[in-house]
Amino acid sequence: MINRLGKRVLDSRKNLNELAALINQTAYWLVVGPFRPKGFKWRWTIRQVVQTGKEAVPIVTLIAAAIGMILALQSAYQLRRVGALTMVATLVSVSVVRELGPLITAIIVAGRSGSAFAAEIASMKVAEEVDAMQTMGLHPVKFLVAPKVMGLIIALPCLTLMADLVAILGGMAVGVMGLGISVGSYYQQSLVFLEVPDVINGLIKSVFFALIISLVGCYQGFSVTGGAEGVGRRTTSSVVTAIFLVILADVFFTLLNYVVA
Amino acid sequence: MTVEYPAPIIIETRGLTARYGNRVILDNLSLGIPKGLITVILGGSGSGKTTLLRHLVGLNKPTGGKVIIMGQSLWDLSRAEELKVRRKMGVLFQGGALFNSMTVAENVGLALREHTKLDDKVINIVTNMKLEQVGLAGFGDLMPEQLSGGMKKRAGLARALAMDPEILFVDEPSAGLDPITAAGLDELLINLKQTFKMTIVVVTHELPSLFLIADWVYMIDKGRILYTGTMENMKKTEDPKVRQFLDRRPDRAEYDPEEHLRSLMAGV
Repeated sequence: MINRLGKRVLDSRKNLNELAALINQTAYWLVVGPFRPKGFKWRWTIRQVVQTGKEAVPIVTLIAAAIGMILALQSAYQLRRVGALTMVATLVSVSVVRELGPLITAIIVAGRSGSAFAAEIASMKVAEEVDAMQTMGLHPVKFLVAPKVMGLIIALPCLTLMADLVAILGGMAVGVMGLGISVGSYYQQSLVFLEVPDVINGLIKSVFFALIISLVGCYQGFSVTGGAEGVGRRTTSSVVTAIFLVILADVFFTLLNYVVA
Repeated sequence: MTVEYPAPIIIETRGLTARYGNRVILDNLSLGIPKGLITVILGGSGSGKTTLLRHLVGLNKPTGGKVIIMGQSLWDLSRAEELKVRRKMGVLFQGGALFNSMTVAENVGLALREHTKLDDKVINIVTNMKLEQVGLAGFGDLMPEQLSGGMKKRAGLARALAMDPEILFVDEPSAGLDPITAAGLDELLINLKQTFKMTIVVVTHELPSLFLIADWVYMIDKGRILYTGTMENMKKTEDPKVRQFLDRRPDRAEYDPEEHLRSLMAGV
């Protein structure tokens, strides 16, 4: 029993070391890389932005619109009782921009791209492609991790902004068509309590979420063992871990905001 | 025990030891790879031959001992110095290990594009030459998934040769190939040795391949060297384990009925 516990502790320490090494190298290739000749794969990064960002637009739009509508309906149901129906717009816009937009987008992207990162790297590792890279004197982190992290840091905030906008429009659709609020007053109410720092706050969060999702995906990919089955296990595990850590980070940020404000 | 090598040594292991947890994979191996010849590392599954190869090419860090390549140990070098040594080494992995997101030509030209200041046109010419050398001229624009197993291996070889290495490592060249394709690959290796005086290290368990290409042989069993020497001497050896391997005789454990019964009763 104690033996097993000890092994667990040692294992997790080894994992932490590996994770730290990955973060360290990624930071190197992200910060130092771009200033060296051929040090950063811009083309690979752009491809990542397209894959993780552009291709996620339809699904993010759909879900963000639905979230906006649900939020509007749900808050209307409660606010009507206290006679504050006009506050629906405010509630939707503020909670979407500060909280739900970044969070929902990050969860969708963790499911779409975090898993793809893990699967890609894990299957490359299984096929000895990562080994081949190393023997060719090419750094796997530079080629496989840095472009993904950078790509997601660019793509996720953009997706988040779009999700914010779409969710507010979704709320507006409910407000205008279902609750009889005019477009003009809904629009004005939306902006009453919404301030620029709220938007920035959400974007900063999404940058951190991007870091979490991409690093978790890549880390899980590199730690694959076994064949195709291992790839599947790592893919699943990358989504679960990334979503968990994103939500945990969100709790932390919200708490921090609350305390500071 | 001193070994008479047929040529100067280009790679050397000194007391190389590898462990996974408590399991010893390589046990204090000291061996040399002669320059300009084909050395075959022979061994059954689980003998440690693949682990040995991974140490020779610098993918695994030794638990103990050293691997000296052209006078240097990869693990003691700075990144820039390590790169200089790595540029002189090419590795062909078992399945070719081509990067699936790139075309065959991009695969072959990748190292040139990253490590040299050559013009794209020059890189294209070199890439075409290498593909021609392995018999894949005109296949550069295909994606790896469009190639057969044998072609993937040839493309992997072209990629390993892209930087004109002095040493070529090959992991199981015949694995998964039909006899004709396998023989073709063997012939390619012999050509490389004869034309470019390349040092070639091949890990295999395939006997036909061994007889065709080997100049110098190491046989590995349970992490130790069982046999060292030339191909000719190996055929004459009396060592029972080496003979068993060469004659393809299966393992027969001594049958002890009492021991068998005890093992069945274990835990009852």
